[in-house]
Amino acid sequence: MPLGLLFQGFRRRPPQRILPAAKPLRQRYDVVIIGGGGHGLATAYYLAKDHGIRNVAVLEKGYLAGGNTARNTAIVRSNYLTVEGVAFYAESVSLFANLSHELDFNIMYSERGHLTLAHTDAAVRTARWRAEVNKHLGVNSELIGPEEIARICPRLNLSRHARYPILAALYHPPGAIVRHDAVAWGYAAAAARLGVDIHVRTEVTGIATEGNRAIGVETSRGAILADKVAIAAAGHSSVLAAMAGVRLPLQSHPLQALVSEPVKPVLDCVVMSNTIHAYISQSDKGELVIGAGTDAYTSYTQRGALHINTHTLDAICELFPNFRRMRMLRNWGGIVDVTPDRSPIIAKTQVPGLYVNCGWGTGGFKATPGSAHVFAWTIARDEPHPINAPFTLERFRDGHLIDEAAAAAVAH
Amino acid sequence: MLLIECPYCGERPELEFVYGGQAHIARPRQPAEVSAQQWADYLYRRDNTRGVHAERWRHTHGCGRFFNALRDTTTDHFLATYKVGEVRR
Repeated sequence: MPLGLLFQGFRRRPPQRILPAAKPLRQRYDVVIIGGGGHGLATAYYLAKDHGIRNVAVLEKGYLAGGNTARNTAIVRSNYLTVEGVAFYAESVSLFANLSHELDFNIMYSERGHLTLAHTDAAVRTARWRAEVNKHLGVNSELIGPEEIARICPRLNLSRHARYPILAALYHPPGAIVRHDAVAWGYAAAAARLGVDIHVRTEVTGIATEGNRAIGVETSRGAILADKVAIAAAGHSSVLAAMAGVRLPLQSHPLQALVSEPVKPVLDCVVMSNTIHAYISQSDKGELVIGAGTDAYTSYTQRGALHINTHTLDAICELFPNFRRMRMLRNWGGIVDVTPDRSPIIAKTQVPGLYVNCGWGTGGFKATPGSAHVFAWTIARDEPHPINAPFTLERFRDGHLIDEAAAAAVAH
Repeated sequence: MLLIECPYCGERPELEFVYGGQAHIARPRQPAEVSAQQWADYLYRRDNTRGVHAERWRHTHGCGRFFNALRDTTTDHFLATYKVGEVRR
């Protein structure tokens, strides 16, 4: 070991504070963002950076990034099915790739390659379709056969005698893993440097309106006036929007994930299967990170039923027989807000001055930068960016649904 | 896993049931005469209640019948189950 490094290791330095110190609550802000997760913090950052709106508050009822930002499986990909969906996630992936530099904060972006397994003719057809849409839009995806799959992921059980043999896969090389907490912390620190106020333990209890217009919020720490109020609260979006009389087409479901004990590197790509429901990757720490499914019923409990996890683990053991003796370390649940067409809503509402970014369902984390970027645009200019123009509330009335059920990670 | 009381069969594990969404929603009697917004509301908008929620369940792997239930979505605790056609408890 070089002596210099050893010297650095023993040097005593006060710990560096990542997040900004708490500030007093002001009585008025230009924009109040409800929800201090990745989406809310990133929206504040882009409002300040791209649109020069710095008198912004982010209100979080718990601690920073303690909701779905901390509860996802930290995977980033853009291999969606619809033109609108691909455009969205592709922008997100490209923003993610440069985010460590932009925020001056290491988000540990790690490109792994992403395999979506196809076990049926219908799934092969969808994979082929997605590959073609992706290539057409400049996103790197292709349909590959068992030989190529074996080369990329040799531990997969490619036997013809499996219960659901693997026929092919959609391979998406840019698929990546990111340290999810760091995304939120990086955005929080960068936004605070630009003048944004971040208030934790500040629960919004009401949205104030005058005439039909949103003019501020009531919080557990007092009232705040604001020109614009933006909701980025994932599973609780319905509850908040209802405070202003807005009824959203959302259903909130528990979504679970679990991790194993940490082991040496055994899996360097991300593997998912919609048919038998498995989603697995290995974190930098060595844990196998497994995404389970949603419970069928609506719930705000942030936990789900054990049989959902068991079902996923059955599928994992079928795909990776040598993981059968792995022990699971912990599991948890988040609350995801699911729309009827599995695509998000990033739009104005019928209440002027009230904006919503919701309906991300099971795919919100990977959209964080792209979603926040266009949400900030929508708030600042009071009109949608071309990328989120199709993702309105009115699409349900007008029949312009954007069906992403086939490409969502979890078969809802 | 939830333990659900079917009004016909008694308490059974959740695996025997299928969730059927919010209860007490009536299809517009004349679909052709309602506006696009009203039809979209009927199709897509639900209460998504945080608290006591009236919902449908079907005892698929049992008697096969639909029934209604009141469940607290903050605890997943069932407060009551009752037959279709009965008023909300």
